[in-house]
Amino acid sequence: MAVYLNIVASGLLTGLVYGLAALGLSVIFGVVRVVNFAHGEMMVIGMYGAVVLAGWPGLDPLLAAPLIAAFLFAIGYVLQRGLINAFIARPEHMQFILLVGVALMIVNGLLMIFGPDARSTNVEYGFETFEVGALLLDKARVYAAGAALLTTAVLFAFFRYSRPGKAIRACADNQLGARVVGLDVEGLYALTFGLGAACVGIAGCLMALVVDVRSQLAPEYTLLSFIIVIIGGLGSLAGALLGGVLIGISEALAGFFLLPSMKSMFSYALLILVLVLRPQGLLGKRA
Amino acid sequence: MTRSSDRRRPRALSRRQFATGALAAGTLAGLGAPAIAQAAGLRIGLVLPRTGYLAQAGQSCFRAAEIAPALLGEAGVKVEILSADFESNVELARARTEKLINDGAQIMVGCFDSGGTSAMAQVCEQHGIPLVINIGSAPQITEQGYKTVFRNFPTSPQLARNGLALLKDLFAATNTAPKTAVFMHANDTFGQSARAAFDQLVPQLAFPFEVLDRISYDPRAQDLSVEIAKAKATKAELLLVTTRAADAILTVRELVKQRYEPMGVVSPGSPGMYDEQFYKTLGKYADYCITNVPWYDPKSALTGRVAAAFKKQFPSDPFEAHAFNVGFTYEALLVAAMAYKRAGSADPKALLAALRQTDIAEHMMIGGPIGFDEKGQNNRIASAAVQNRERRPTVVLPKAAAEQAPVFPMPGWAQRS
Repeated sequence: MAVYLNIVASGLLTGLVYGLAALGLSVIFGVVRVVNFAHGEMMVIGMYGAVVLAGWPGLDPLLAAPLIAAFLFAIGYVLQRGLINAFIARPEHMQFILLVGVALMIVNGLLMIFGPDARSTNVEYGFETFEVGALLLDKARVYAAGAALLTTAVLFAFFRYSRPGKAIRACADNQLGARVVGLDVEGLYALTFGLGAACVGIAGCLMALVVDVRSQLAPEYTLLSFIIVIIGGLGSLAGALLGGVLIGISEALAGFFLLPSMKSMFSYALLILVLVLRPQGLLGKRA
Repeated sequence: MTRSSDRRRPRALSRRQFATGALAAGTLAGLGAPAIAQAAGLRIGLVLPRTGYLAQAGQSCFRAAEIAPALLGEAGVKVEILSADFESNVELARARTEKLINDGAQIMVGCFDSGGTSAMAQVCEQHGIPLVINIGSAPQITEQGYKTVFRNFPTSPQLARNGLALLKDLFAATNTAPKTAVFMHANDTFGQSARAAFDQLVPQLAFPFEVLDRISYDPRAQDLSVEIAKAKATKAELLLVTTRAADAILTVRELVKQRYEPMGVVSPGSPGMYDEQFYKTLGKYADYCITNVPWYDPKSALTGRVAAAFKKQFPSDPFEAHAFNVGFTYEALLVAAMAYKRAGSADPKALLAALRQTDIAEHMMIGGPIGFDEKGQNNRIASAAVQNRERRPTVVLPKAAAEQAPVFPMPGWAQRS
């Protein structure tokens, strides 16, 4: 029994970080209606940021997360203001190609800067666990999942209670109405893209506690984020978190009960199941 | 006026003049080609996974290419190395091989990965260009009747047989006998062929242990927590692994986190646990893992020269951590260069004939002289048990070559300092 509990706990903790990563994608799509194909690449920027700060000033990735979030926010804001806003009214395929181009530039830039070798944050607690009865909880995963939950809570609070958050929601509900009441829609788009990028930056920072960083991870994380938001429901914040947790736990259980080499297959099986039975996603609204 | 205008107009080239010119150019090119080839030396196409999930090993192998031209030059052979990265992607291995051959490579060397090497072998066979395999163990590569493939590396069954035989020696030397074992491997060409060899050989070798489970995983996995939980659930006393660099790190990290304490972590013939990154990332937890692999002979004169060139070129890198990759890649380049020297020509047919006659007594890796059987396989490569001790790969078996006595069972994770 303890084995199963450990497996589920591990999947749950990893799934929460996956969920935070997908949350950024969901926020951006929910408001700006642009699918960010450079999402995984931004996450890997966050991961490398954590590795760099853990190396030179010796900053723990948990403490480095706000700095990296600010950096990614700036990148996202400038990207939306300077580049993507010009493509908002253009056909979707042009937006896709634009962001695929951005993704390629980021991943190859990272490869040139950091090289192909895997890098690790090597935190002191990287090999330690919490023992809770029969449960052995990986410390790094527990901290990462806790930070992911905290970030999600802050984001929810921002959208519910702050004026810019309410303005962004208004913009997402009715862009024309938002313009009529005098909201700076382009500015709000840039703010949203920045927030989404900051979210994924934090997710990358937290993920760097758990996995070694390589630039080649970026497309995998982009794909994973897509799977999660489609399962949870595009544009739904709670859905992204739920999707992440579902993917984390289902992969862990599939790996244990079936073949570990088949566990990724379960993410896709879950995706197909949701697309067939509930195309709008588990918590998504029907279009 | 007209005359002047006619003078300025370029004269049209007649068909006869064009044909004569083309013939002359062709003749000159034909006459000139061997001279140019001789002057430039042998053009070796080297394909490696320098990016992607095999990048660490690919980059390590590439260090051999960086020191080889000068070393081979000292031996009187001028070589030019054209290199390509197949990004750890089998399909790209095929495309990169095609490209290097089209760019003028006269012999190919590569490519660390069995899947990629199979793809290279098909392309080289189609073009009639020799391929010297540096590292790549899938047995089928030399079992398909290819006439252009030469492998200076053991096959998976040879690796497994040599590696498993050393396991028995390890038990005898330490007077231990684990009763149960679990085998973990990546689900790729290399891992699957290692598994097939393992399944075939274990019953034949009459080990004291029973194999409780065989666990395969995605070679690109970022997290092996489930796999290690599964292995731990078997309560096996011995963990046998077939890894590469990244999954070797993930395996040991999870063993520590999940407090799974087998008597030992032993690879019966795979890279990963003696790589520099393994030591850097895992620190004290890297110690006592054992890898039974072909290893370099520290007493060989060639090892001394290669090590000196390596230290000069890469002063901050420990040679021991790269010696396996550098040794086999350098030997593959040496085989190609010596064939060129014997053939006196870079013509692929002459190179192929010379490669079949290979007999290199002075080499770097432990084993007999380098030579190939009718299938292109070198069957004379031996293995050593290499245990990590104080973050350094140390030969512990066979006794004749041992630098220290083996430690088995290994100390618990909490007892490391």
